[in-house]
Amino acid sequence: MGGDRLKIIVSLSPPLLIIIILFFGGIFYGLLQSLGYHPAIQKYEINLNAYYNVMFSERYSKLFWTGLGLNLWVSFVSTFLAAVFALFGALAIRKTFFGKTICNFIYSLNLPMPHLVVAVGMIFVFSQSGLLARMSAQVGLIGSPGDFPVLVKDKYGFGIILAYICKESAFFFIILMSVLQSLGENYEELAQSLGANKWQRFRYVILPLVMPSLFSASIIVFAFSFGAYEVPALLGVNYPQMLPVMSFEFFLNPDLNARSEGMALSIIIAMIVMILVIFYFWLTQSKIRKD
Amino acid sequence: MDSKIKKINIYLIYLGAFFLILPIIAFFINAFSFRWFYPQLIPKELSLQAWVRLKLIPKEGYRTLDGFIDLWLSNPTIIKALINSLSIGFIVTVISIIIALPAARVLGLMNFRFKKTIIFIMVSPTILPPIAFVLGLNINFITYGLSGSFFGVCLVHLVPIMPYVVLTMTGIFANYNPDFEHQARTLGANKFKTFYLITLPAISPGLVVAALFAFLVSWSQYLLTFLIGAGKIMTLPLLVFSTSSSGNPALTAAISIVFIFPAIIILLFTSKFVSGDSAATSGFGKL
Repeated sequence: MGGDRLKIIVSLSPPLLIIIILFFGGIFYGLLQSLGYHPAIQKYEINLNAYYNVMFSERYSKLFWTGLGLNLWVSFVSTFLAAVFALFGALAIRKTFFGKTICNFIYSLNLPMPHLVVAVGMIFVFSQSGLLARMSAQVGLIGSPGDFPVLVKDKYGFGIILAYICKESAFFFIILMSVLQSLGENYEELAQSLGANKWQRFRYVILPLVMPSLFSASIIVFAFSFGAYEVPALLGVNYPQMLPVMSFEFFLNPDLNARSEGMALSIIIAMIVMILVIFYFWLTQSKIRKD
Repeated sequence: MDSKIKKINIYLIYLGAFFLILPIIAFFINAFSFRWFYPQLIPKELSLQAWVRLKLIPKEGYRTLDGFIDLWLSNPTIIKALINSLSIGFIVTVISIIIALPAARVLGLMNFRFKKTIIFIMVSPTILPPIAFVLGLNINFITYGLSGSFFGVCLVHLVPIMPYVVLTMTGIFANYNPDFEHQARTLGANKFKTFYLITLPAISPGLVVAALFAFLVSWSQYLLTFLIGAGKIMTLPLLVFSTSSSGNPALTAAISIVFIFPAIIILLFTSKFVSGDSAATSGFGKL
């Protein structure tokens, strides 16, 4: 048994040390500096000034609360729509039809695609002189580029949402396909033989079966889109601004106070994500206990 | 009635596929067009100008093998970024797999106290955003002289990749039967031979997928490289971001095509593994 113990410790320490030192160490230092502790400039006091400034000062409060609202709006809407789009795609692509293999490939195409490229792609397709605007002009729907709705770099975050739908639907799609594949068609055939119609088979058979994986994938996607920088940095506007962009811009500011505020923002983002994940685990655990 | 719904469904699927493929089409048109003005749908002139400006393809008249080699050896930014991206991705993938292999084996095959806590610690970087740790880490990396160094960038890339590789491989080891190893050992094979002939072939399909996707995680990393690289380490994502912000569509499109090339190759290569077991898919949300 002693040998086992040594083996466990030796095998697990390297990855654990990397995560603890670099990841948790980084968060810890970020937390310290967000609290005003800057040994580099002989500041050793601990206070909540940065948090107060970010959330309640006249200068930043409006930016922060609109940013938080935009964050919640973008993450919820894009996660939900990506999941719905992928579920629809996965259910339809299971059946045989012309072009099934190609559709399968296209629906998973964005899985390995970097977020940055997807964001650039949205500019090329959805901007006012993009591919879609040109198509609309060709069929006579619009005249000048200005007639096309502002879909990227817009204040409602539509461009960001579109990018996340494009990118994350592939993740949902792959997970759903593997779940549906492992389930087979037996349950549906059984339900059909018992007289369930198409809608009932979807609502009472398929949906409960795919829901657990769909839900845990949603948590990953939500958490990611809540804290990611690249997509909103490319497709967002200055006001309202998503929190990760705001945090990073504060951090790059030469003023050291702004630096604390940037760190405070990043800690706030991480805390919101953590609360949501804990809430999710609590929800699933209590559901398991209930069942 | 049912067949009518089915037909509508199929058209909707085609429509979805059309929207998903549009960005890729747009990349190619932008990268190979010259003066592609609104509202033209198809560019009037095709051109390699963006690729020439990027210094990936020599000017007209110099497009011989020697011309290509001379151009690439003159070390343009794109080649520098490409080499950096490739080598960082390769090094980080190899290191993470070497480190993850024993850990995943222990996590997948053994039961012990604090196992859940350890898994929880390992998973946390896949849930919490990178911006939360990299801002704090930045100051420390500057203090220890790691900021702006190739080594520092590799080190920070390990954070998002490590959990992904450990988790994927734990899944592989959970379905792995170590009894074959005992048999090989009883038959006289040494430790190295047992690993090489028994363990490796059994885990290699999962290992390859984990490695390819670990590479892609490093390949697409923007924020971590930008902050820790401190402007000294140029990689492809940094180049895409800066050209896109400076607003040159043809150039951005050309770099993007270079940037997505490995992603498409990897998808083609792994598509038959990926749709199967979900062990390898759990970490894709991080990509």
